[in-house]
Amino acid sequence: MVAGIRTRDLRKVYNSAPPVAAGTGGFSFGAPKAKGKQPRPEIVALDGISLDILPGEIFCLLGPNGAGKSTTVGVLTTRVRPTGGQAFIGEYDVWQNQVAVKRLIGVVAQRPNLDFSLTAREILTFHGAYFGLSSQERAKSAEALLERFKLTDRADQMVRGFSGGMMQRLSIARAMMHDPQVLFLDEPSAGLDPQTRLLLWEIVREYNQSGKTILLTTHNMEEADALCKRLAIIDHGRVIAHGTPQELKSAVPGGYLLRLRFGLHSPDFLIRLQALAGVREVRGNDSNGADVYADRGGSLVAEVAALASGAGVELCDVHISEPSLENLFLHHTGRSLRE
Amino acid sequence: MNWKAFLAMLARDAHVARRNFVALLFQTFLQPLMFVFIFGRVMVGSGYMPPSYKSLLLPGIMAICMVGTGIWAVAMPLIAEFQFTREIEDRLLAPMEISWLAIEKVVAGSLQALAAGLMVIPAAWLLLRPGVDLHVPHPLLFALVAILVALFSATGGLALGCSMQQTHIGLMFSLIVAPMIFFGCTYYPWSALEKFPVLQKAVLVNPLVYASEGLRATMIPQFRHLPLLAVVVGLVFFNALLLVTGLRNFHGKSVT
Repeated sequence: MVAGIRTRDLRKVYNSAPPVAAGTGGFSFGAPKAKGKQPRPEIVALDGISLDILPGEIFCLLGPNGAGKSTTVGVLTTRVRPTGGQAFIGEYDVWQNQVAVKRLIGVVAQRPNLDFSLTAREILTFHGAYFGLSSQERAKSAEALLERFKLTDRADQMVRGFSGGMMQRLSIARAMMHDPQVLFLDEPSAGLDPQTRLLLWEIVREYNQSGKTILLTTHNMEEADALCKRLAIIDHGRVIAHGTPQELKSAVPGGYLLRLRFGLHSPDFLIRLQALAGVREVRGNDSNGADVYADRGGSLVAEVAALASGAGVELCDVHISEPSLENLFLHHTGRSLRE
Repeated sequence: MNWKAFLAMLARDAHVARRNFVALLFQTFLQPLMFVFIFGRVMVGSGYMPPSYKSLLLPGIMAICMVGTGIWAVAMPLIAEFQFTREIEDRLLAPMEISWLAIEKVVAGSLQALAAGLMVIPAAWLLLRPGVDLHVPHPLLFALVAILVALFSATGGLALGCSMQQTHIGLMFSLIVAPMIFFGCTYYPWSALEKFPVLQKAVLVNPLVYASEGLRATMIPQFRHLPLLAVVVGLVFFNALLLVTGLRNFHGKSVT
């Protein structure tokens, strides 16, 4: 059975800081209590996420840190209780059928969570045992995965001394150990060198070609562009755009983005910029900056410079972006993904 | 219930315990056996303690070893795995209800506590002899009490391990474990507190009192001890309370 992923109006509100950022100390028999009569701060992590990820698809959640990507993965992998809405893996409601869902999924968390008391090989074989694989199957699969992820020479060493990249490779190998129908990769290439990233992409594509569904989160546009058939861009717990990378890129007015910085400009000057041939949209972002969406890039610079010179406005900086997902994110949020 | 996953997790814990066996051995036995040597051998030999103290001490030392082992075996990995290393996440994602993972921890901790308890008897006996007057007239009752003590140590470890931050491990020992041992009738029988009636009643909230007195009742019944029924009721009550608290906190830690 090939399983897809579906969420309907998924909401998650934290009453305290989310666990990754948790740092409060002290004893806590029972639920933590609010001090005094002050209401607890509510942090809205997911604000109505609806997704339809088809069986056998590589789907990306693209967004900046804190957008809600990991919380979405947490809900879909039984680790975060949704405040509202529903999530399904295949035909199973994630919250109602946790054990059935856990059989279908493999998860690579954002932070390494390997079993430090075991060697690399034991991590894989015990994981296989949790999923009921026979000892022969475990040994065979572990050997193949160690080989595939180039970890054979360190297979029988404790993982405590592994580099970040090796731990990440082993985490991914472990998630694949029981051959799950749906693989979740939360920021899988964070901290990987370019060579290992390419190996990872190759392995992800290969795994997908065997008919598996993959949900990948990233804030790296190139990764989303290179790997995903479809993607959703999320910010502040909401889906702000979704579609194929091509569709999304063509949704940016004109496609090209010129980020301009002037000494000082006026609204009048922006209207004149808007009138240049090929310019689709002009947004002033403060008193000396403007984002110009246009259907051409470099050839527009000379005209902008001439216009500025004629108007007595000093042009300080020009940055040209070709059609990209970054431009789309900027167009929707006014912020860069890298910020 | 997925027994394959449950047993695989037990096998994992056994594997890790086997790997750390020598360290575990020193950690569990060194301090109690030094105590046995000084108080049971040196002080009795030099006349500061009566000879009967040897027999009274041994069940208390067994209780300390079991409780220390169970709490350590369950609480310490849980504190680290939930907070710093997060390595428990792999087992939380195994196809099994997460409560069973907590129960697996309790079973593994209880087995380690039982092993520690059974190993300390001959070791302490060798250090103390001659003059240790052990009787186990009802082996089944002894086994029942030993199992209840082991379960108490592991459920206590679960409740503590799911309630503490990593930065408070030192505090856990100085604020909870050490007072529990000193007021747990481990180094003296409960009847010795007769001259301190308030203290004698107050220590009954300490589950280790039932553990030490239960082991005395089944190993050295010739000395005065708490009634066995009170011991069994006390241990069952505290085990249930700690298990329920531990499971609730385990869920709180596992799912946000």
